[in-house]
Amino acid sequence: MTRVILFRILRSLATLLIAVTIVFFFIRLSGDPAQALAPPDAPPEVVEAYRVKLGLDKPLPVQYANYVLGLFQGDFGYSIHTGKSSLTLFLERLPATLMLGGTALAIAVIFGISIGAIAALNRNSFIDRLVMGFSVFAFAMPNFFFGLVVILTGALVFGIFFGAAANGHISLLLLLPPAATLGLASMGAFARFTRSSLLETINQPFMMALEARGVPASRRLWRHAAPNAAIPIVTMLGLSLGSLVAGAVVTEQVFAWPGVGQLLVRSVATRDIAVVQFLVLAVTFSMTFANLAVDILYSFLDPRIRRAAS
Amino acid sequence: MSTFRDMPLAVRIAIGFVILFVLFALFGGFLTPYDFRQTSLLDRFEPPVFLGGTWDHVLGTDGRGRDLLARLAMGAKVTLLVAIFGTLIGAVFGSLLGLIAGGRRGKADTLIMMAVDVQASVPIIIIALFVLALFKSSLLLIVIMVGFSGWENYARLVRASTLSVRERGYVTAERVLGASAARIYLRYILPNIFNVILVQFTINLPLTVLLETALSFLGLGVQPPMTSLGQIMSDGRDRLLTSWWLTMFPGAIIFFLALSVSIVGDWLRDQLDPTLRNAGRRGT
Repeated sequence: MTRVILFRILRSLATLLIAVTIVFFFIRLSGDPAQALAPPDAPPEVVEAYRVKLGLDKPLPVQYANYVLGLFQGDFGYSIHTGKSSLTLFLERLPATLMLGGTALAIAVIFGISIGAIAALNRNSFIDRLVMGFSVFAFAMPNFFFGLVVILTGALVFGIFFGAAANGHISLLLLLPPAATLGLASMGAFARFTRSSLLETINQPFMMALEARGVPASRRLWRHAAPNAAIPIVTMLGLSLGSLVAGAVVTEQVFAWPGVGQLLVRSVATRDIAVVQFLVLAVTFSMTFANLAVDILYSFLDPRIRRAAS
Repeated sequence: MSTFRDMPLAVRIAIGFVILFVLFALFGGFLTPYDFRQTSLLDRFEPPVFLGGTWDHVLGTDGRGRDLLARLAMGAKVTLLVAIFGTLIGAVFGSLLGLIAGGRRGKADTLIMMAVDVQASVPIIIIALFVLALFKSSLLLIVIMVGFSGWENYARLVRASTLSVRERGYVTAERVLGASAARIYLRYILPNIFNVILVQFTINLPLTVLLETALSFLGLGVQPPMTSLGQIMSDGRDRLLTSWWLTMFPGAIIFFLALSVSIVGDWLRDQLDPTLRNAGRRGT
């Protein structure tokens, strides 16, 4: 068991190192940072001075080592526009994004699992087809389009403008529309996954045996089917995180939500490389650790994996 | 394979919409005399004909007086181009790596699966934004980046299928009889895993469309004077409440295209492999 987890941790660390390496080489490939930082009409000596100051005169392996060491020491670079450190900018924006993402995940999990379970228990009924139809709808719906439909409907039907969190004023009324928009795709995925997982469990021989022994239906469902069906859904949590992160970038832009996604888009548009590379690494780190946590949780939940490993 | 008449109604409608979309992308420009770049300050924010506009601009005009129908036709063309080439690049590249990983095992397998791990731990839109911060955006760059979205799913699927197919009796028999590796791959393994690739193609295509339109919507994808459905939406956003058709028409086209391909894909998956009927769809 410990060996499996240790191996999994090592693999995650390797993934991170590869990501850091790719980011480093892409930045070096894209051009000369000294040239970009110096004023356009700067004489060659000035550009050369910048180069020495940034350590760009050293051989590539040394630069790479310095880069990785810098990351370990918390040197994530500074924004060329505001002069603030990337970390500070990120931390300023993080609460808004966590609030949005957390609410979206809660909406997706609660509603997705409920309607998926209802569909599985009423297989081939009208409700089942409705839920499956909804999950295809949610998969195909671009969140920027859905967000704009929500804003338009809110304004025309209720007379409320949802896309106005820009002045830093965040309230529940302004939180729910973007959270629902962001959670929509994951909700469909959770519904689909719960349905297939529960159906598979219900059709297992042990469920038939329980029925033959006269165990009441509600006890069969809650005591026996639900825990078994829940295990694969845990993997879905890890997978949905990626679509939440990706969706947040677009959703924050649509609703003018002052989060990390908006910072990322703005930094890309203004070519603020230090901020962009930090945000990319931050996303990679958090997603790798989240997936690691899900994997470990999964192996604890499933006795087959737990025993096979020991 | 069943005929068109045997298909469920939803699938027939979906196929109809995809055909309509392709026709619109190819020939939509002939429906209007205007060029998609042609501005006219006298005809700004004209409504569509069914909202009190004139037949001159059937779907109305945008903030610079450009004909919306002409712009949608051009945007559809770009979306079609990106979708087809983008999906093909990912399919070919990913399937090839999957074949190598599954066929050769050993070091190549470990390396490729590690690359798959890295790719799977970062959403493609984040990678795309990173690349767009470093390099100048162009249609070619967008096609290439969109192309690499989803390659890891092809690699994973094809690797698993190759592993199971190569151990079957007839493949072993071929190998014993002295068939070359290339012959075994092309003649026996590829046809066997073709269905898997085809189904993955239909899952991946909507994702490539959504990625390109999302990037263009953020203003970082296809750049003017060229246009795309996402860029048209982004242009019309400021006038959402007064000229809603500028955002809703392109948005609806993107949505119905992704929906139609998904419906056809779901049906195709059921047709090709009944054992997959209830399998959950993986997230992005």
